Amino acid sequence: MRPSRRFPLAALVAAAALVLSACGGGGDEGPAAASGPVTLTWWHNGTAEPVRSLWQQVADDYHREHPDVSFTVQPIQNEEFPTKVPLALQSATPPDLYQQWGGGDEASQVESGRVADLTSSVQGWIGGLGSTAQGWQVGGKQYGVPYVQHVVGFWYRKDLFAQAGITAPPTTMADFAAAVGKLKAAGIAPIALGGKDRWPDAFYYDYFAVRECSPQVLKDEIAAVKLQDPCWVKAGQDLQGFLATQPFQTGFNGTPAQQGAGSSAGLVANGKAAMELQGDWDPSTMSSLTDDKDLDAKLGWFPFPSVPGAAGDPAVLLGGGDGFSCTTRAAAACAGFLQYLTSTPVQKKIAEAGSGLPVNADAVASLKSESLKAVAEQTRKASSVQMYFDRAFPTAVGQALNDAVANLFAGQGNPEAVVQAVNQAATGNK
Amino acid sequence: MAAPAPPRPLARTVHSARERPARRRGRTRLELALLLGPSLVLFAGFVLVPIGIAVYYSLYSWNGFGPLTNFVGLQNYADAFGGAVFRGAIGHNVVIAVLSIVIQLPLSIGLALLLDRKLKGRTVLRMVVFAPYVLSEAITAVIWLLMLQPNGFVDELLRGVGLGGLVHQWLADPGLVLYTLFVVMTWKYLGFGIILLLAGLQGVPPELREAAALDGATGWQTTRHVVLPLLGPTIRIWVFLSVIGSLQLFDLVWIMTLGGPANASTTMASYLVDHGFKRYEFGFGSAVAVVLFAICFVFALVYQRFALRRDTAGALTRAVS
Repeated sequence: MRPSRRFPLAALVAAAALVLSACGGGGDEGPAAASGPVTLTWWHNGTAEPVRSLWQQVADDYHREHPDVSFTVQPIQNEEFPTKVPLALQSATPPDLYQQWGGGDEASQVESGRVADLTSSVQGWIGGLGSTAQGWQVGGKQYGVPYVQHVVGFWYRKDLFAQAGITAPPTTMADFAAAVGKLKAAGIAPIALGGKDRWPDAFYYDYFAVRECSPQVLKDEIAAVKLQDPCWVKAGQDLQGFLATQPFQTGFNGTPAQQGAGSSAGLVANGKAAMELQGDWDPSTMSSLTDDKDLDAKLGWFPFPSVPGAAGDPAVLLGGGDGFSCTTRAAAACAGFLQYLTSTPVQKKIAEAGSGLPVNADAVASLKSESLKAVAEQTRKASSVQMYFDRAFPTAVGQALNDAVANLFAGQGNPEAVVQAVNQAATGNK
Repeated sequence: MAAPAPPRPLARTVHSARERPARRRGRTRLELALLLGPSLVLFAGFVLVPIGIAVYYSLYSWNGFGPLTNFVGLQNYADAFGGAVFRGAIGHNVVIAVLSIVIQLPLSIGLALLLDRKLKGRTVLRMVVFAPYVLSEAITAVIWLLMLQPNGFVDELLRGVGLGGLVHQWLADPGLVLYTLFVVMTWKYLGFGIILLLAGLQGVPPELREAAALDGATGWQTTRHVVLPLLGPTIRIWVFLSVIGSLQLFDLVWIMTLGGPANASTTMASYLVDHGFKRYEFGFGSAVAVVLFAICFVFALVYQRFALRRDTAGALTRAVS
């Protein structure tokens, strides 16, 4: 799952630990010999079932087949990773294998010198994952490997769409505006948005930019962290125009995304709103927020509509994924395990567990619901998957972008300010 | 008043100290080392050293990875104060502190005076008032976050009693969110103030009220001129705790709003976590932490010097005599 960025008390504990760890110092351990028994410490975010048992089973299975490799599996709360990983990478004993979402965070972590360059170990098989794995590269080198992919799109309730007289999911922004109008006329809140958490706001800006900017501009200017093309401002203007149609539920700026029945996911799950722009994990989030056992059958998915006349490729999706990075101590053994994680039998189990879309196309049939299979099919057909901007950019820049977009949603700032916030954060200005 | 202490025991002590000075001094030092040592080590290790390190980090631009190489001097401080969001955060902390004193304090005093009377069910009432304080801040925040959602408990309650016109976007309106948070804070901390003041009221001798009544003072005059002055030390401590708490406000804000919408409820501490941790700007975050520390420290020193000193100098006895 995408980090929901909820509050970690651990942040404060970690703050103290950060300060204290600096006193510790401590020397590096030498790299383990290429062969010989090795125990991998594995930090993953599967604290809840069924993923928790799945990872333990995968580790046990791998150990049975490779007796030289054993594991110390440590499930860690998702929200703790952003603080625990930097501390661990500064310490004498970082984990050998840890949760990695790629992009700008990964690039920052690579600066520590502790994250293993896996390029040569994975080159025999990484191509099988398609373009997805590129999100886990830094400067053309593979520092992590994804095991599931995520894509963002509109999850909608078929029953409410039918009630409002919408016959087919909208494909263009004009269709979409008409659908929003029909839902409002029927007295249904068209879109639920978890604006309190800010990152759901950014999905909208990201998607308008993906539609407005040509693939080349996206690739070059995100990599350079310098937004110069007019399409970035155009995306903000599109968003402002869209906000002016007031498509969201009341009080969306204070609504959490994934917490409680009053969250945006909860509103859709309980039929209080018709749709939500969210990742593929949304149905599993929703199912825990409602008593409705038939929810999966009521949910449908469609990609973000095309923007007429825009320079972007309408077949590009926005997304990301979950992966793992290795640290340098036992990189070879670790890379072997990552290959195992992307093998078809393991990928099928991951798909069954519902933690995301398998990166191995052969495992797609094992996905739990028809709508998820449809998402996987659309993803396969997509010309590319653009990583969420807040992950693609360096961490500080991504957060500055999310804040600036959230201001737009609160009726403050302007499209130029969003672009300016990114460019300023990129130069180190606060 | 007690008679002056007889001089003899004192002389004996002095005498014995002169008799075995070296051994006595050695024992005192040993006792000091044993009793103070562990706490001093902890205090230095967990308070002084981290403060020093934070000051050191705050002079660098550092994302938490690799060595500290990019020395930027006071640039982080300049950036913090140069940014409207951080200045706004300081303003929000000040607003909360002022509101606490202007609204929570009179409310606490009033309720404490009420609960000090011999009422039916007084113990139950006291417990009800104190109950929210026992909840952790995180639990409080989650409960109120859910209750304050649009069409949530609060809205339905207002509509149910015919006050539907008062329904607002409690957490989504940038102009309102800070005051919503203040109400939640008041709900949570009022009980603490009341318990503190009730304890203070226990220290008001009943003879004084009796004497005032015999002198013909009305109930209000007794409260105003006898009880409140004697509550002075308690009130001053409450103000101290309240202001420091307002300056360090974090948990409620982080869980309920994350400082939003549009930074309308950002506090210094939430800004620190948002910009230090979430953005991997540990140097800048340290600078913000140092500013927060300095503000609290200066307030504490000034307050101790000018307000709390009266209490240590025996304001109580002076007021009585």
